[in-house]
Amino acid sequence: MTQILFKNINLEGLATLPVYEKHGGYRGLKDAFKKEPEELVEMVKASGLRGRGGAGFPTGLKWSFLAKDVFPRYLCCNADESEPGTCKDRELLLKNPHLLIEGMILCSYACRIQTGYIYFRGEFYDLAQIMEKALGEAYEKGYLGKNILGAGFDLDIYTHLGAGAYICGEESALLNSLEGRRGEPRMKPPFPAVEGLYAKPTVINNVETLCAVPYIITEGPEKYAALGTEKSKGTKLVSVSGHVKNPGNYEVVLGTPTREIIYGLAGGIRDDNELKAFIPGGSSVPMVPASLVDTPYDYEGLQAAGSMLGSGALIVLDHTVNVVEATHRLVSFYMHESCGKCTPCREGTRWLWQILSRIMKGQGEGDPIDKLNDICDNMSFKCFCPLGDAAIAPVVSGIKHFRADYEEFLQKAAAGAAG
Amino acid sequence: MFAFNEASEKEIEKILGKYPDRQSALLPLLTVTQRQERHISPEAMVEIGRRLDVSPAYVQSVASFYTMYHAEKVGRYLILFCINISCQLNGCDDLLAYTAKKLGIEVGQTTPDEKFTLLREECLAACTGAPMMRINDTFYEFLTPAKIDEIIDSLE
Repeated sequence: MTQILFKNINLEGLATLPVYEKHGGYRGLKDAFKKEPEELVEMVKASGLRGRGGAGFPTGLKWSFLAKDVFPRYLCCNADESEPGTCKDRELLLKNPHLLIEGMILCSYACRIQTGYIYFRGEFYDLAQIMEKALGEAYEKGYLGKNILGAGFDLDIYTHLGAGAYICGEESALLNSLEGRRGEPRMKPPFPAVEGLYAKPTVINNVETLCAVPYIITEGPEKYAALGTEKSKGTKLVSVSGHVKNPGNYEVVLGTPTREIIYGLAGGIRDDNELKAFIPGGSSVPMVPASLVDTPYDYEGLQAAGSMLGSGALIVLDHTVNVVEATHRLVSFYMHESCGKCTPCREGTRWLWQILSRIMKGQGEGDPIDKLNDICDNMSFKCFCPLGDAAIAPVVSGIKHFRADYEEFLQKAAAGAAG
Repeated sequence: MFAFNEASEKEIEKILGKYPDRQSALLPLLTVTQRQERHISPEAMVEIGRRLDVSPAYVQSVASFYTMYHAEKVGRYLILFCINISCQLNGCDDLLAYTAKKLGIEVGQTTPDEKFTLLREECLAACTGAPMMRINDTFYEFLTPAKIDEIIDSLE
């Protein structure tokens, strides 16, 4: 099992600089600084690394989009991990903060950036404290600050805490939040690479993405690109939760069959129950029926199965679940987290929630399934940011694959009305 | 009357050094206030606005967007109980009801002695340890009724 991000993850003291260094940490910086920054960007491009926060955009390409000759530039690390089912960044930040710092140093050098922020969700106060300590160690050792390792390169990294808003994981909302505003998404274009933080060119990457960079630069992009499939290179952290025997974060080579993750790494379904469905990439992606459990866990495989890899949160549902109840919970989340800026999302999430609530109470009137589909249709690709499309994912996929669960509630309602 | 205490002032000094634009310190200052006072009062908003050269109304508009800033004072122990999907699948609804009963309050309320506030919370990113809750800055995972008893009874 190839382990890149989780190599040594449970080693005692890994969060401290001496232990991190002893196991090869910061080792590649000196050689990296001998290269031209653009060479590093090319290396990340060649590795095939794609953003691990959810969108899967090629990382090196993102870096190369920075507006030319405009300075200062900023790096924002997205540590706002809030996608239901996802808790991989938390484990990295808790146990290996220096890996992120090293990744941020390399990214900053490659993109000629001198200031970086780590945007933690507000509930990660404990992790921000751990990071402060690690940053202090890195400054003391000369990995941060002025003239790093004598290479004439300066970099400061700061922690920043959000305050409870899922939408701030969306990159432009994150920037607004970091600037002291309401966390509402911005119109794109301009994209952050052109006008980001303080209207300056900005790179925004997820924690896991930046943590993959030291390996790519130190070991070479070929070695990273040799792992995985044609379109899904390298490894991915998967948060397996729900009805499995051994929930946990596992690092897998992309392309591993989903069955191996659920039944191998996570030990199979609790009480040896039957698998009903799985949500492969966090609550924002469509659910997939058990019949597709052999789908390769990678970007193209999951897309072909009608879903997405997303953040890599694999939520497992066994046969005891009624999909309507799970969907209702997820829709309730999106209703709560909708920022209210655009109408289809603000109103649509509430209507979906109201109709699902009525179905569950046996009060469905007319054809509530038709109504749900109609609302989803009016939200799909019509919202200001991806939150609206995320909200309809469990509804549309649930109706498609598990209509019987809806019928069950509706029949009960009909029987009640007749009786 | 609102004033930052000494520890908060020290924290604020550090915060202001992080950003080229003072307004970026708005969330951090609100966080310092919430931690010091256990709520954000209108007086505190006036003071924060004065420090950052923004109006109190602007501070209010930002503060009201984020769920971690409370207009009403929360208890010394703020219990955030995750109710999202992974926790739902692992029985959090019953455990939340159990906790409310144990504390003698409804979800969303604070005990009369201001010791505990119990809130329903969206995903806290500890899904592989579901069901879970966060009390102040600490995450507690794989909850059971016995474990909840043990944790809550141990709090001074």
